[in-house]
Amino acid sequence: MLKIKSPKDFWAGMMFLGVGLFFAVWAAVNYQMGSAVRMGPAYFPAVLGGLLAVLGFVILGGSFAVKGPKVPQLHFRPLFMVLASCIAYGYLMKPLGMVLATAVMVVVAALGGHEFRWKEVLMLAVALVVFSVLVFVKALSLPFPLWPDRFS
Amino acid sequence: MDIFANLLLGFEVAVSPIHLLYAGIGVLLGTLIGVLPGVGPVATIAMLLPITFNLSPVAALIMLAGIYYGSQYGGSTTAILVNIPGEAASVVTCLDGYQMARQGRAGPALAVAALGSFFAGCVATLIIATVAPPLAELALKFGPSEYFSLMVFGLIAATVLAHGSLIKAIAMVVFGLLLGLIGTDVNSGVLRFTFGIPELSDGIGFVIVAMGMFGIAEIVSNLELKGDREVFTKKVTHLFPTREDFKRSWAPVLRGTALGSFLGILPGGGALLSSFGAYTVEKKISKHPEEFGKGAIEGVAGPEAANNAGAQTSFIPMLTLGIPGNAVMALMIGALMIQGIAPGPQVMTEKPELFWGLIASMWIGNAMLVILNLPLIGIWIKLLTVPYRFLYPSILVFMAIGVFSLSNNPWDVLVMAAFGLLGYICVKLECEPAPMILGFILGPLMEENLRRAMLLSRGDATVFLTKPISAGFMIASVILLLIVALPALRKKREEVFAEEQA
Repeated sequence: MLKIKSPKDFWAGMMFLGVGLFFAVWAAVNYQMGSAVRMGPAYFPAVLGGLLAVLGFVILGGSFAVKGPKVPQLHFRPLFMVLASCIAYGYLMKPLGMVLATAVMVVVAALGGHEFRWKEVLMLAVALVVFSVLVFVKALSLPFPLWPDRFS
Repeated sequence: MDIFANLLLGFEVAVSPIHLLYAGIGVLLGTLIGVLPGVGPVATIAMLLPITFNLSPVAALIMLAGIYYGSQYGGSTTAILVNIPGEAASVVTCLDGYQMARQGRAGPALAVAALGSFFAGCVATLIIATVAPPLAELALKFGPSEYFSLMVFGLIAATVLAHGSLIKAIAMVVFGLLLGLIGTDVNSGVLRFTFGIPELSDGIGFVIVAMGMFGIAEIVSNLELKGDREVFTKKVTHLFPTREDFKRSWAPVLRGTALGSFLGILPGGGALLSSFGAYTVEKKISKHPEEFGKGAIEGVAGPEAANNAGAQTSFIPMLTLGIPGNAVMALMIGALMIQGIAPGPQVMTEKPELFWGLIASMWIGNAMLVILNLPLIGIWIKLLTVPYRFLYPSILVFMAIGVFSLSNNPWDVLVMAAFGLLGYICVKLECEPAPMILGFILGPLMEENLRRAMLLSRGDATVFLTKPISAGFMIASVILLLIVALPALRKKREEVFAEEQA
C-alpha cells in the first residue's frame, strides 16, 4: 500500500492535477485547437493545462516518497464568517442600501473573531457606516444607494 | 546631458501641486494601512487601488508608488514596535529592531530605518534614471519571440527566488496563467472558460484576485492566531540616534543600498530578498556578530536600506520591459492597464511625463516619508494599540467597497470571496500566491506573443532558440532551474535513502 508521507504536497498535487486536467480537457473539447502556426483559442490553455496536470502529478508522486508536514488545521468559523460577510455585503448593497449592508457585514465578520461583544460590534458598525458614507458616498461620490429603495 | 533634461521634466511634473498632493496622500495612506499588523504592501495597494481609478495616469501611478513605499515603511514601524512583521520583508527588521525597542531604543531604531531608507531611496532613484533608458531602448528592439522568452525567464526567476517549494511555485505560475486566459480570446473572439456567465466575458479583474488571495486570505489566517502582542505604547523618546549610532550605521546603509539596488532589479527580487541578503551580509562582516538578534543597530540599518532600495529598483523591469518582477509590480502593471496604458518599453518614449514624473516623485515621496513619519510616529503607535477585532472588519468593509465600486456588481465581491477561499487553501498547502498573480497578469500577454512568434516563424518552435536574445533568456532560465533543482533533488534523494535505512 502506498502511504501518503506529505499530506500538504498530496493535496496541492491533487489540486493542480485537477485544475490542469479541467482546463486542458475543457479547452480541447469546446474550443478550436488550430495549428502551431495559427493557434486556435484552445491551443495555449490546452498546453498550459497539460503542463499544470503534469506538475500536479509530479508533486502528488513526491508526496508518497518524501516526508513532509501535515496540513495545518483548518479553522472554518473565521473562514466562513469572513467570506459570508463579503458576499452578504455585495448582494445586500442594491436591495438594502449601503448603511444596512455595511452593518450586516461588520456583525457577520465580527462573528468570525475570538470574542464577540454586541456593544463593541455595534459601535464599530456605526463608526464604519458613518465613515464610509462620508468618505465614499459624500466625498468620493460613489453611486451607492444609502437606504432601501422604498424609503428613499 | 539627457538624464538631467529628463529628470528636470520629471521634477516639473512631480512638483506640480496636484501631484505633490497625491504623492503625499499616497505616502500617508500607505503608512497608515501598512502600520496595521498583518497587512502587507500587496494587500494595502490592492485595497487602495480603486481610489486611483478616477485619477489621471500620472497621478494614479505617483499615488500608488507613494502607497507602496509608505506601506513598506509602515511595516518596519510595526516590526520594530510590535515584533509583528507587516510584510515578509520586515521579518528581518523584527530581529534587531524589536530588541532595540525592548531596550528603550525604539526611537533610534525608527530614525535609522527612516534615514537609511531615505538614503537608499535617493540612490535607487538615480539608478533607475540611469539604467532604465538604455534598457528600454534595447527592449524596443524585441520581437514577439524575444518577449515570450523574456516572460518565461521572468516567471522562472520569480519562482526560483521565491521561498518555498520550487515546483509548487511553478505550478502556481501556470495556474495563474490559466486563470488569466478566462474571458474573450482577442484573436478569435471566442469566449473561453466563461461557462455562460456574462460577467466573465471580460475576464476576472486582477484587483479582485489580488484582494482575495492576499487580503481576505491574510485576514482569515490572522484570525486563527491567538495570543496578545506586546506593544511599546510608551512614549518613544530620544528619537534622534546618537553619534555612536550614526558611526555604526552608515556603512551598513551603504552596503544595504548597493545590495538592495542590485537584487531589486532581478525578477522575483525586490524588497524581501534584499533585506534578507543585507542582514546576512552585515552579520557576516560584523566585528561583533554576537550582538545580532540582541539589538544591533546594523541589523536594522542594513536591511531597511536594502529593502527600500530593492523596492525602488524593482520598478526598472516593470517600467522598461513591462514585466513585473514581484506581486507589487504586477499590481502596478494592472493599474497601468486600467488606465489604458500598455506597459512596455514604449511607455518611456510615448509618455515621458509619466515615466520621469514617476521617477522624480519617488525621490519626493521618500523625502515626504521622513518628514511625515518621524513627527507622526505617535499617531502610528496609537494605531498599533487598536485591537485586531476592530481592524479586520474595517479592512473587510474597505475591500468590499473597493471591489463593489469597480462595476457596481455583487458578482465581483463574490469572486473576491472565492479567491479568498482559494488563497486560504493555498496558504494551508504552502503554495505561494505571489507567483500566481504574476502568471495571472502575464497570461494573455504570453499567449499573444507566442501566437505572433509562431505565426512569424511559420510554426517553427526553434525560433525561440535560434534568435540570439531569445535563446539567451531561454538558456538563462534553464540554468536558473538547474541551479535550484539540483541541490533540491540531491537533498530529497538523501532523505529517501535515510528513511529506507532507518
